[in-house]
Amino acid sequence: MNILSLFVLIPLLTIVGIVFTRNTKQTRLVSAVGMGIQLIMAGILIFMYLAERKAGNTAEMLFSFDALWFPTLNIHYSVGVDGISVAMIALTAIVVFAGIFASWTVDYLSKEFFISLILLASGVFGFFISLDLFTMFLFYELAVIPMYLLIGLWGSGPKEYSAMKLTLMLMAGSALLLVGLLGIYFNSAPGGGQLTFNIQEISKIQIPIEMQRFLFPFAFIGFGVLGALFPFHTWSPDGHASAPTAVSMLHAGVLMKLGGYGAFRVAIYLMPEAAHEQAWIFIILTSISVVYGAFGAIVQKDLKYINAYSSVSHCGLVLFAVLMMNQTAMNGAVIQMISHGLMTALFFALIGMIYGRTHTRMIQEMGGLMKVIPFLGVVYVIAGLASLGLPGLSGFVAEMTIFVGAFQHTDTFHRVVTIVATSSIVITAVYILRVVGILLLGPIKNDHYLQLTDAVWYEKLSTITLVISIAAIGLAPLWLSDMINVSLWPMVQRIAGNGLAGLL
Amino acid sequence: MRHELLLTALALVVLIIDLMLKPGQKNAIIPITIILFALHTIAGFLPAQPGELFGSMYRTDALHVMMKNILNVGVLIILLQSVTWLHKDENREKMAEYFIILLSTLIGMYFMISSGDFLMFYLGLELATVPMTALAAYRHHETKSAEAGIKLLLSSALSSGILLFGLSLVYGSTGSIYYNDVAASFSQTPMQVLAFIFFFAGMAFKISLVPFHLWTADVYEGSPVNVTSYLSVISKGAASFILIIILYIVFHSITFLWKDLVYIIAILTMTIGNLFALRQKNMKRFLAFSSIAQAGFILLGIIAGSKTGMTSVIYFVLVYIFSNLGAFGVVSAISNATGKENMDDYDGLYHTNPKLSLLMMLSVFSLAGIPPVAGFFGKFFLFTSAASAGYYWLVFIAVLNATISLYYYLLVVKAMFINKNEAPIASFKSDMATRIALIMCTLGLFAIGFWGQLYELINNLSIGILN
Repeated sequence: MNILSLFVLIPLLTIVGIVFTRNTKQTRLVSAVGMGIQLIMAGILIFMYLAERKAGNTAEMLFSFDALWFPTLNIHYSVGVDGISVAMIALTAIVVFAGIFASWTVDYLSKEFFISLILLASGVFGFFISLDLFTMFLFYELAVIPMYLLIGLWGSGPKEYSAMKLTLMLMAGSALLLVGLLGIYFNSAPGGGQLTFNIQEISKIQIPIEMQRFLFPFAFIGFGVLGALFPFHTWSPDGHASAPTAVSMLHAGVLMKLGGYGAFRVAIYLMPEAAHEQAWIFIILTSISVVYGAFGAIVQKDLKYINAYSSVSHCGLVLFAVLMMNQTAMNGAVIQMISHGLMTALFFALIGMIYGRTHTRMIQEMGGLMKVIPFLGVVYVIAGLASLGLPGLSGFVAEMTIFVGAFQHTDTFHRVVTIVATSSIVITAVYILRVVGILLLGPIKNDHYLQLTDAVWYEKLSTITLVISIAAIGLAPLWLSDMINVSLWPMVQRIAGNGLAGLL
Repeated sequence: MRHELLLTALALVVLIIDLMLKPGQKNAIIPITIILFALHTIAGFLPAQPGELFGSMYRTDALHVMMKNILNVGVLIILLQSVTWLHKDENREKMAEYFIILLSTLIGMYFMISSGDFLMFYLGLELATVPMTALAAYRHHETKSAEAGIKLLLSSALSSGILLFGLSLVYGSTGSIYYNDVAASFSQTPMQVLAFIFFFAGMAFKISLVPFHLWTADVYEGSPVNVTSYLSVISKGAASFILIIILYIVFHSITFLWKDLVYIIAILTMTIGNLFALRQKNMKRFLAFSSIAQAGFILLGIIAGSKTGMTSVIYFVLVYIFSNLGAFGVVSAISNATGKENMDDYDGLYHTNPKLSLLMMLSVFSLAGIPPVAGFFGKFFLFTSAASAGYYWLVFIAVLNATISLYYYLLVVKAMFINKNEAPIASFKSDMATRIALIMCTLGLFAIGFWGQLYELINNLSIGILN
C-alpha cells in the first residue's frame, strides 16, 4: 500500500466507522481517533520525506504511485509528493484534527456532520497528493460539495443563502478550471503522441503559446476563485460567517489553499510563458485583494466577518507572491499558505468558542473578556499577533519572505505594487489591535459575562495544537523553508528557463 | 436479431399467460414478466454474431447489441419500480397491457437502433412512439393523464410528419433510403440541406431539444411516474443512440453544417432547459426540464464527431439511466406511498426517510455531475470529447450550465435535508421490488464511474464519423 493513498483511505475508513456508531459520543471518538491517526501519519510522512531527501533521493516527486484508470484517455490515478505538498498535507492534518475538537459540542445530526467534515478533508488530502489533473479536479470538487450541507445544516445566520452562494461560485470557478485543464490536456502533446493529464509529464513540454494565452486565465481564475481573488471573493465573507466553527476553520485554513496551490502548480508551472505575459493583470487584482480585504476587515463589526475579510487579504497575498514568480516570493507563498491556514483556523476556533459563551459575535457588545476567559483571551492575542506579522510567529516569516521576494524585481511596476501590498501590514495591525482592544480589554459590558467559564480540555487541545504549530514555524522556519525550497527549484528553473532568468 | 425475437416472444407469452390467469390471480403476471425480462436482459449479454437481414434494412453488430443491452438494464429497473404502482386497485385490470405496450415500444427501439435504411428506422420509431401515448394516458380517467396522452400523440404525429418530409426529400434527391447509398451520394445541394434540417427537427422533437421541447413538461407531469421515467430515460436514450449513428454514418458529408446546428441547439437546450427547471415546483415537471437540459449535454458528445464523442454519449446515457432512474425511483416510491409529488412535500424528508433521501441526493448530484458518483465521469467525458474537437467555449457554456443546474438540484437537497417541516412525509417501507431497483441504481451510481474498463469496452465498439 502506498503511504500517500492512505491519506485518502484513512478518512474514508473513518467515515465507514462513523456510519456504524450509535451515539454522538462514539461518533466524536471515532472521528478524533481517525483524524488523530491522520495527524500521526502526516508526521511520519514529513519524517520519511526528510529522510529520503537526506539519503540523496533527488526525484522531483517522492513516494509516487501510478495506476492506469481510463487507458484511452490516458487518465491515471497518480500520486506523489514534494516538499510543498508534504507541507500542505501536514497543514491539513493539523487543521482537521483541531477542527474535530473545535466541533466537540455539535449534537444536531452529529453523525452527518462529522461524515461531511471528514469527506471534505479526504477531498483536500486527495487534491494535495494528486499528480494527475483529472484526479486533482475530482478531489477538488469532492472537497467543495460537502460544504453546502455543512453550512446549510449546521451554519448560523443567513446560512441557506451563504451556502448556496459559496457552492455556486466555487462551482462556477471549477467551470473555468475545467476548461483550462481540458485545454492543457489537449495541448499536452504538441509534437504528436499520447495526450496526458500528468503534471510532471506536461511540465516537460511547452504548450503552444497562443493556447497558453487562451488557457491561462481559465486555469488561474478557476483556482483564483477558491483563493479569493478579487473580484471573485464575495462568497468568502458570507460563507465563512455562516459556517459552523470547524467548517470555517477548514475552509479558510485549508480549502482556500487549494486555490493558491493549484494556481502555481497548475496554472503557472504548466503555462509559464503566458503567466509571465499576463501576470500584471492578476498582480493588480491580487494587490486589490490584499489591501481591500484589509480595509474591509477594519469596518466589520462581526468577529467572523473580520476574520473572513482578513482571509481575503492574506490569501490575496499568497496569489500575489505566486505571481512574482521567483524563488523567494514563491517560497513565501507556501509558508504564507501554511501560516495563514494555521492562524485563521485558530481564529475561527476561538471565535466559535467565544460565541458559544457570549452568544454574540458583535465586538461592540463584548468587552473585558480577558478578565473572565483568560486562556481564550491570550490565545486570541497570539493569533492576532501572528496575523499582523510579529517576529517569532509564523506570519512574520511568511510576509517577510514574500515582500523580500517581491522587491527583488527591479522594475517600477513590481516595486509599486509591492509597496501597496506591504501597506496591508499596517492596516492589519489596525483591525487586529482594534478587536483586541474592544473585545478583550476594557470594562466588562455585560454582567452575565462574569459567569463565563474558561476553555475546557477539548478546546484547549484544539487551540494548543494550532498555537504550537504557529510558534514552531515562527521560531524555526528554516526546516520548512528548506523543504519547500528544494522542491521549488525545478519549478522556478522552468519558469526562469523562459526568459525570466534576470529576475531570480 | 436475438434481442428482437426474444422480446417479441416475451410480449406474446405475457399476453397468453394473462389470458390464462384466473381473475383472482392476475397479480401473478407481474413477477412472471419481470423474471422473464430479467432473463432476456441476461441473454442479451451472450455473444452475438454481427449480420444483416432484409437486404441490409436491418443490421446488427456489437455496438448495436451494447446499446440494446443498456436500454434493457434501464427497462428492467423501471419494471421493478412499477410493481408497487401496478398493485394498486385502479390498475389491476390492465397490468398486462402495461407490460405489453412497454415491451412493444422497446421492440420498436431495437429496430430503430439496428436500422440500415430510413424505412426500418421510421417503422421502429413509430413502434416506439405510438404505443407510448397509450401508456401516457394510462390513467385515462384523470384529465391530466388523458391530456398527456393526447399531447404526446399530437406532437409525435407532427414530428413524424416533419421527419417523413425530410426523409422524402432525402429519397427524392438521392434516389435511395439505404444509409450506405444515401451517405455515398449525399452532398450539399439546397434540397439535401433542407432534407437534413427537416430530419433533424423531427429528431429534435423526439429527444425534446429546444425549441421542440414544449410538449415535454405537460406530458411528463400528466403521465404516471414510471411512464415518465421511461419516456425521459429510455426513449431519450434510444433516440440519442440512433441520432448519433445517423449523423455519423449518413450525414458525414455535411458535418460542417450539422456541427453548427448542433452547437447552437446544444446551447439553447442546456440554457433554456435549465432556466425553466429553476422555477418548477412539481418533482416530475422539474425532472422533465432537467432532462431537457441533460439532452443538451448529450449534444456535446455528438458534436465531437469522433470515436471519443460516441463513447462519451453512450457512456453518458448509461450513467444517465442510473441517475435519472434513481431520482424517479424515489419520486415514484414517495408518490405511491403518499401521493405527494411537490418539492415542498419533500421538506424534512431526511428525518423520516434517510435512505430515500440519500439516494435522491446521490442521484441529483450525479445528474449535476458531482464526484464521486458516476455523473461526474459522464459529464467529464462529454466535455472532454467536445474539447477534443476544439469547442472550448461550448464546454465553458456547458459547465456554467452545469453550475446553474446544480442550483436547482441543490434545492431538492435543501428541501430534504435543511428545510424544516412540521409534518414531513411519514416514514414508510417500500416493497422488495422497489428496493431492488433502488439498490441497483445506487450500485450503478458508484460502480460505473470507478470501473474504468467499462469505458474502454464502450470505446472499443464506438465509431467516429466515416471519411
